[in-house]
Amino acid sequence: MEEKKAELSAEQKQDELFQRWLEPKDPEGNNLTFKNSGAEKLYRERITRIKDAIQLKKLPDRVPVCPLPSMFPAFYSGISLQEAMYDYDKCCAAWKKYVLDFEPDAHMGCAAPGSGKFFEILDYKLYAWPGHGVSPEHSYQCIEGEYMMADEYDELIHDPSHFFNNIYLPRVFGSLDPFKMLPFLPGILEMYGVAFNFIPYGLPPVQTALKALMEAGSEALKWAGAVGGFDGEMAALGFPQIIGGFTKAPFDTLGDTLRGTKGIMLDMYRQPDKLLQALEVITPLMIKMGVGAAKMNGKPIIFMPLHKGADGFLSDDQFKKFYWPTFRKVIVGLIEEGCVPFPAAEGGYNSRLSVIKDVPKGKTVWMFDKTDMANAKEILGNTACILGNMPLSILNLGTPDDVREYARKLIDDAAEGGGYIMANGAFFDNVKAENLKAMVDFTKEYGVYK
Amino acid sequence: MPRELVNLLSNLKEPESIDYVEKSLGRGVDPLQLLEQAREGMKIVGEKYADEKYFIPDLIFSGEILKGVVDKLKPHLKKKEETSPLGKVVLGTVAGDIHDIGKNLVVFMLDASGFEVLDLGVDVPVEKFVNAIKETGSRVIGLSGFLTLAFQSMKQTVDAIKEAGLHDVKIMIGGGQIDERVRSFSGADAYGKDAMEAVKLVKGWIGG
Ligand code: B12
Repeated sequence: MEEKKAELSAEQKQDELFQRWLEPKDPEGNNLTFKNSGAEKLYRERITRIKDAIQLKKLPDRVPVCPLPSMFPAFYSGISLQEAMYDYDKCCAAWKKYVLDFEPDAHMGCAAPGSGKFFEILDYKLYAWPGHGVSPEHSYQCIEGEYMMADEYDELIHDPSHFFNNIYLPRVFGSLDPFKMLPFLPGILEMYGVAFNFIPYGLPPVQTALKALMEAGSEALKWAGAVGGFDGEMAALGFPQIIGGFTKAPFDTLGDTLRGTKGIMLDMYRQPDKLLQALEVITPLMIKMGVGAAKMNGKPIIFMPLHKGADGFLSDDQFKKFYWPTFRKVIVGLIEEGCVPFPAAEGGYNSRLSVIKDVPKGKTVWMFDKTDMANAKEILGNTACILGNMPLSILNLGTPDDVREYARKLIDDAAEGGGYIMANGAFFDNVKAENLKAMVDFTKEYGVYK
Repeated sequence: MPRELVNLLSNLKEPESIDYVEKSLGRGVDPLQLLEQAREGMKIVGEKYADEKYFIPDLIFSGEILKGVVDKLKPHLKKKEETSPLGKVVLGTVAGDIHDIGKNLVVFMLDASGFEVLDLGVDVPVEKFVNAIKETGSRVIGLSGFLTLAFQSMKQTVDAIKEAGLHDVKIMIGGGQIDERVRSFSGADAYGKDAMEAVKLVKGWIGG
């Protein structure tokens, strides 16, 4: 079995993952029972449409439309974001209403709100959330900071596991603070003195932390059961979930929640070699993260939100030196294992198009927001599928006619010959329902390839 | 005015800038003259940013070098020296929004262009904007926001300023998802797509 796997090409591995997506399983591992043959047919048609748009081999029957909401389903159903995070049933019901009312070609599951109770158990410090520093109606918010200090590069470079377990986790989870005391595991080598290494596990604070961890694990299971059940239920009704997993560009991994924006940008000047080394160290971890999820979930598409490589953030030279090399390695690493990297280029990516063009053909899908789509189509059209660009200002403040007009131009500019998926440019919360409906329905009508 | 520090700073030479300041102070150079050079250096940094030669890392780094320079100069500066700023601008990220990178760049560019800027920070409540205008007598106010949630906050802020009877105040808005449509929704006077445009707008309104 292992040997057979090794012989498969990236192409075959991708086909295998698409095949697994097309043939979903129930929690017991049996073939999923669809509600009826109509739902089964729609499910496969939707995935095939997306697959064709991505692979650039066959013209899809029409432009796929996959809105990518943030907390919109909660607003739309009239539940607070606090409820969405604490009442898993309400969350699932709200997200279900969204999927059934708008009938997108794919949805993103209902994992976005996350489990409030889980975060409470671990005393998560990286975010404020409804009831914990944010009002019940508002979405959770990342609290940017230096969760890795400027002088800690060597810790990360020499032993990433130790860095994350003993330094990072204690900082971002209050309940795991005692993990600072955990032993250095490579010390467990020979009979003599082995027990010394285990002393930390006997200390009361560590034991309390371990109990919190077990409690958090139970809550995570409960939540994941609800979220996973939702995906299954939607699949049975004919609606595929698009996200097979999640990973990041190494520069963002470091720049978002480890060093922070200011930290990483100063490091570019003060310790560029350490930064470059750390980016290399993180690269295989980011590949593993995406590939592992794709294989577990049986879905090829790996979401990668991009932050600090956008237009304006870095110069061309800085982008080519610090951002792109390891980002590209992650893309290629994912593709080699059959995944479809799905980078979401937040902000503008106009100045990056000719650089990111250097990826294998038909194996990626790029979400764009402020990027000129006609230009993106021209530069990337033969290489990659592009997605998105419907402005949030129109979805929020415009009329259905405004939406249709913009969508028409988008399809004219970006969808010729396939390779485009209709979607919003940035993740949306409280847009007007009739505008979203107009985006979906218009695409289904105007986006048919003849 | 000697230009060594101007050049060092505008070329982002951190240790060299600090070293130069220390040595100059040791030689008895007037700290005010060094401060003036530092300011000139920062102005050039701003120009390079406007010309797209410098980007966010360069701006952030220049700010850090400046901080180091000012820390060295502080003990030698007798009293707060007077500048003649062109006019006051109040700026802040609106309620519910904590994105500040874009706003900080606007502050940086206005500052480098000679305006005095009162930065109210992030997640700024409506009343705080109104009070700041009343207290400073500022005639230009800038609202930054990156979230769609900010559309509403901007409108509320603009409404409150008008309700407070501050009709001669010019309001500009900007930030990630903001565009002309949001401007008309919010009732602000102008939308600026970047920090350079913010400077242009302010110049148009209060000169400089
Ligand atoms: C960096 C970032 C963050 C950082 C912010 C760090 C910081 N200190 O600011 C962190 C990680 C904290 C963060 C948090 C969140 N973020 Co955020 N973030 C971004 C990101 C990637 C970049 C924004 C940025 O700083 N750009 C850099 C500046 C320089 O760009 P710029 O727009 O070109 O700036 C110029 C102009 O806007 C103009 N300008 C700016 N202000 C003003 C003001 C005036 C008066 C004028 C004239 C001009 C002007 O001048 C600037 C300089 O030229 C954007 C995506 C993107 N690329 O836009 C998402 C984005 C803005 N974030 C988003 C979201 C959803 C969030 C969170 C809710 C996510 C979460 N769940 O945690 C929280 C919200 C926190 C909150 N309450 O505000 C969404 C917003 C979408 C929406 N529906 O509202 C975006 C668009 C991402 C996306 N694609 O969905 N974020």
